[in-house]
Amino acid sequence: MVNVFIERENKKTNVKARNAKEIMSILNINPETVLLVKNNELILAEDNLNDNDELKLLSVISGG
Amino acid sequence: MPCKNCLEKPIMKLLNNEQLCKQHFVKYFEKKVFNTIRNYKLINKNDKVGVAVSGGKDSLTLLYLLNKLKEKTRKFEIYAIAVDEGIEGYRDKTLENAKKFCNENNIKLNIFSYKDEFGDTLDNFLKNTKMKACSMCGPFRRYILNKKSKELGFTKLATGHNLDDESQSIMMNYIRANIEISARLGPITGVLKDQRFIKRIKPLYLMSEKEVAIYAFLKNLITEFNECPHSLDSYRGDIRDMLNNFEAKYPGTKNAVVTGFLNILPMLRENYKSNIPLKSCKNCGEPSSNEICQTCKIVEILKNKNK
Repeated sequence: MVNVFIERENKKTNVKARNAKEIMSILNINPETVLLVKNNELILAEDNLNDNDELKLLSVISGG
Repeated sequence: MPCKNCLEKPIMKLLNNEQLCKQHFVKYFEKKVFNTIRNYKLINKNDKVGVAVSGGKDSLTLLYLLNKLKEKTRKFEIYAIAVDEGIEGYRDKTLENAKKFCNENNIKLNIFSYKDEFGDTLDNFLKNTKMKACSMCGPFRRYILNKKSKELGFTKLATGHNLDDESQSIMMNYIRANIEISARLGPITGVLKDQRFIKRIKPLYLMSEKEVAIYAFLKNLITEFNECPHSLDSYRGDIRDMLNNFEAKYPGTKNAVVTGFLNILPMLRENYKSNIPLKSCKNCGEPSSNEICQTCKIVEILKNKNK
């Protein structure tokens, strides 16, 4: 399971997935709206993730 | 697959499926912004550019890049200008980011508040009216930015509008049949030789919101997520979601909306050039279509409610 933090909702969850692309699909999050951050580094949606990896989904939407 | 220019690990995939590492993404981003400035002649020699800052990622990225270009060319000046609407828990926080950035980079920041200009904060105004926040902020912010920019002697006002913002505005105006308003969009507006309007420029015009966020992240300009408490469920938000859903399914949609629009913009401007507000508001002197401008009308309504 990958540990996922969704910044916009200030929510943590666990998802069984191979990469961020699958995680966004499962959580119904549009890839256009988030940055994918692992260990404080940006990653691509297709990059492999392992069990217990920490993935942050940072919101890119401006607050107005 | 590595970065298209080196062997480093990629962090971003472009529309044409090319992948870029951190260093080459930064180069790509800066080149595209500086090309936008050059191609659309956004900044000229000796310009005194006011940069509208909110303290969010777009405006800080804009300020960072214009400061970088200024240091490199030494051909123009930049100043920061901010509007404090009086939104507790939101604007006070973002303005702190703006103050910190300007302090560290030695940029003069001018802050103007609704309280000083109109007599009260947005939060308080909203307690006594059914008017929507965005309907008030639109005219109020435009009024302050236009008026104060002229008073401060700016020759241009730069804003952090990106490709997403522009594609949303184009679609909103189209769906609501407000085509005339779209004639005022584009990377540089206020091209009319009318001293009452400050020319507005949008150097991030061709950069997507996600690209700006990536750049801001890499340059440590990204700030904690913070959303205006009054902007929930807006029409713009629905258009934004629609465009992002299209973008995910049909990559390049937002870019196509904006580049297609740029093709028809000269015709729109030509068509609506006689519709510019020729009058000046009797109350404040700012450009207006009527005897009294929208901002002064709203202020009057709010004052009467408070009596």
